[in-house]
Amino acid sequence: MADVLTFTDRGIYCPAGDFYIDPWRPVDRALITHGHSDHARWGMNRYLATTGTAPVMRHRLGDITLETTEYGVETRIGDATVSFHPAGHVPGSAQIRVAVKGEVWVVSGDYKTVADGLSEPFEPVPCHAFITECTFGLPIFKWTPQDILARQINDWWAANAAAGRTSILGAYALGKAQRLLTTVNPDIGQILTHGAIENTNAVLRGQGFTLPETTLVTAETTHKTHPGALVLATPSALGTPWARKFGTASTAFASGWMALRGVRRRRAADRGFIVSDHADWEGLNAAIKATGATKVFATHGYTGAFQKWLSSQGYDAHIVSTDYQGEGFDQADEAEA
Amino acid sequence: MKDFAALFTRIDESTKTSVKTAALADYFRTATPEDRLWTIALFTGRRPKRTITATRLREWAAEVAGLPDWLFEESYSIVGDLAETIALVLPPATQSQDHTLTHWISYIKTLTTLEDDARKSGILDAWDSLPHTERFLFTKLLTGGFRIGVSAKLITRALAQATGQPEPELTHKLMGNWTPDTTTWDALIEANDPTVDLSRPYPFYLAYQLDAFDDLGPPANWNAERKWDGIRGQLIIRGGEHHLWSRGEDLMTDRFPELAQLRDYLPDGTVIDGEVLAFADEKPLSFNALQKRIGRKTVPKKLLAEAPVILMAYDLLEHQGADVRDKPLKDRRAALEDLIKDAPVTAPLRLSASVRFQTWDDLRTARDQSRDLGAEGLMLKRLDSPYLAGRKRGDWWKWKIDPLTIDAVMIYAQAGHGRRANLFTDYTFAVRDGNDLVPFTKAYSGLTDKEFREITAWVRKNTLQRFGPVRQVPAEHVFEIAFEGIQASPRHKSGVALRFPRMLRWRRDKPVDEANTLDDLKEMLATYG
Repeated sequence: MADVLTFTDRGIYCPAGDFYIDPWRPVDRALITHGHSDHARWGMNRYLATTGTAPVMRHRLGDITLETTEYGVETRIGDATVSFHPAGHVPGSAQIRVAVKGEVWVVSGDYKTVADGLSEPFEPVPCHAFITECTFGLPIFKWTPQDILARQINDWWAANAAAGRTSILGAYALGKAQRLLTTVNPDIGQILTHGAIENTNAVLRGQGFTLPETTLVTAETTHKTHPGALVLATPSALGTPWARKFGTASTAFASGWMALRGVRRRRAADRGFIVSDHADWEGLNAAIKATGATKVFATHGYTGAFQKWLSSQGYDAHIVSTDYQGEGFDQADEAEA
Repeated sequence: MKDFAALFTRIDESTKTSVKTAALADYFRTATPEDRLWTIALFTGRRPKRTITATRLREWAAEVAGLPDWLFEESYSIVGDLAETIALVLPPATQSQDHTLTHWISYIKTLTTLEDDARKSGILDAWDSLPHTERFLFTKLLTGGFRIGVSAKLITRALAQATGQPEPELTHKLMGNWTPDTTTWDALIEANDPTVDLSRPYPFYLAYQLDAFDDLGPPANWNAERKWDGIRGQLIIRGGEHHLWSRGEDLMTDRFPELAQLRDYLPDGTVIDGEVLAFADEKPLSFNALQKRIGRKTVPKKLLAEAPVILMAYDLLEHQGADVRDKPLKDRRAALEDLIKDAPVTAPLRLSASVRFQTWDDLRTARDQSRDLGAEGLMLKRLDSPYLAGRKRGDWWKWKIDPLTIDAVMIYAQAGHGRRANLFTDYTFAVRDGNDLVPFTKAYSGLTDKEFREITAWVRKNTLQRFGPVRQVPAEHVFEIAFEGIQASPRHKSGVALRFPRMLRWRRDKPVDEANTLDDLKEMLATYG
């Protein structure tokens, strides 16, 4: 049987339907798993994505030809049947299921298996072949449970507020920032936001997501106007003059990489919260198992080790080179967590 | 160990010295005296004996975590720290035990007396009863090397805050070969007689590199002497015994047995700061000769004859049983000269002679002769300076000669450890030999964080082959390597070994075919080796 999907230098391709999934070079028809910039790129002739992903794509890519679909709805494209299923990565994110003559392949996009209280929770999709990310595909990555995470961040913020310090938390603009907004306790104080984050907030609020009240940081905003506030900023804004106007502040990053002491220390923030919108080791293994797939392709992340591990577990496992970045060590905002 | 874990977390989370100091001071006020003592010991490099090999710990951790060994190793190469890797991969603890730091250290000690199976279950049991940070610290105790960004200086400052004692006094108290098994908190910190331990050395006074003569004032206020290229040492003669300490607080007495005879010539109550040098015919042998003596606990006769050592005396710290560090240098040196004058020429002891000079230009000329004399530069010391503790500006300066340099090509890269985990910071360099590249040294310091990040990104994208944690990369980047000395080495493919190699700069302007050659390296060996 011919492969349902092939791997080309433009991206993942479906010959039966003549379309690409998350391509990184211009193509005629692109199916998009989610709105992060390494997956939803500019320059495609026409796009297909979920209704939940569409607003952020329009916001980021401008005037594009974009068709939308709902989760679970099957669409016929050429000889292929495609459908989108929740990936739990960010609001609207999807795995894409492609069926050709009874053979089913699923592209995971980026995903996480734990519910974050905001994104539509991940749903395992039975398939023959599963194309999975493995950004955190090593057994050293185990995420802090959501309730403990909430307590850690709130305790940090409350202690800073009590000491008259501003709390500056670095997080990616789409997904992570809004997840943190629904995690923190807004009774502790005011929440200020960096422009890039506030723009995304507006998009998501427009879609009906409920976020706590936030105030955009302007030229006039300082620790004097908003004492003890929590400032949500993009990671690259930390350590810049923009962040310095908040006086004596405590800084923190929220990322999966904060699980590693060396990385935490190198970023030289006061705190590192271990939180990611990618699956951890257990999550990846459980998700793959739940698909029932026998064939697995590992895309971005620790592909070498992960492929070897999957092979040792009896899977027909392969590595696929892609241009997806997952969550980078030292990249600032390009890659999203 | 909860309070120790909390201390560790506070220190580890912060980048601010004031916060770290306050955390330590709080701990020194509240922890048990035993735990306080162990904390000082651990942070000053006095770790408990290694009782279980790292190999066994890796096997056991992989087994408990249900991981194949290769995956554990892969994880370790990413994390860069064995104890942290183990703490991360193990499943969550199913039991809970709360004991003091001292308890866990004794626990580890008792394991040594047990059979392998019992040791294993002892370790597994502890792993299964400690939450993440405590588990990491417990495993750190097993693997040794407690480097967590706390310097001896920070410890001393925190102790000063907690006890109200002056810092220099505490620095002195923390010196020497005490361990928590041989002393107590009261004896070490609270007692007020620092000479209670006859072997205890004084803190070494260290100099900064001289950058300009402008602020030095008249040359007549200064004493200049050679900066000898040996091992800085402190010779202590007290109570009929002698002890020789290195700057890193290693006791080296037994490695240099010929210095024992100095007991016959120097009176009790004498402490001399000097340089241990391999020395013959009134001049130093190469550092190479001394190198053979380093790391040997016992010395065969042949080596004693080939590379005899002396103490080249710089300064006198204790005279007739009294601490004379507060007296001016000229008085200390006068007393030192008197002591040495009486010793016969066969005694392995010399005074480091003053270099005569009228002007700074004279000194410049003298400095240029350093390499020929087997010295690595000059020392400038203000004649009225006291002997201070630690690295201080103002009274003492070192004026080293420029290092030797060579342009080399990077061919392998390896991730660093700790703070540099996942940055590729350890490189192997090669020189050209016809169409081949011959590796000749490794280096891992000298670049900025920004440069390391840039190279790391490049290595990730350009890996040709992996050998465990080592990545082979294309020979594209040239670096200027600085080093202090070069010697023949049959163990190395290139035939040479360098002393203190480090990266001076990234030569982005140099193509690979302009890097130095093996012949250049051999010529340097002939000239300076």
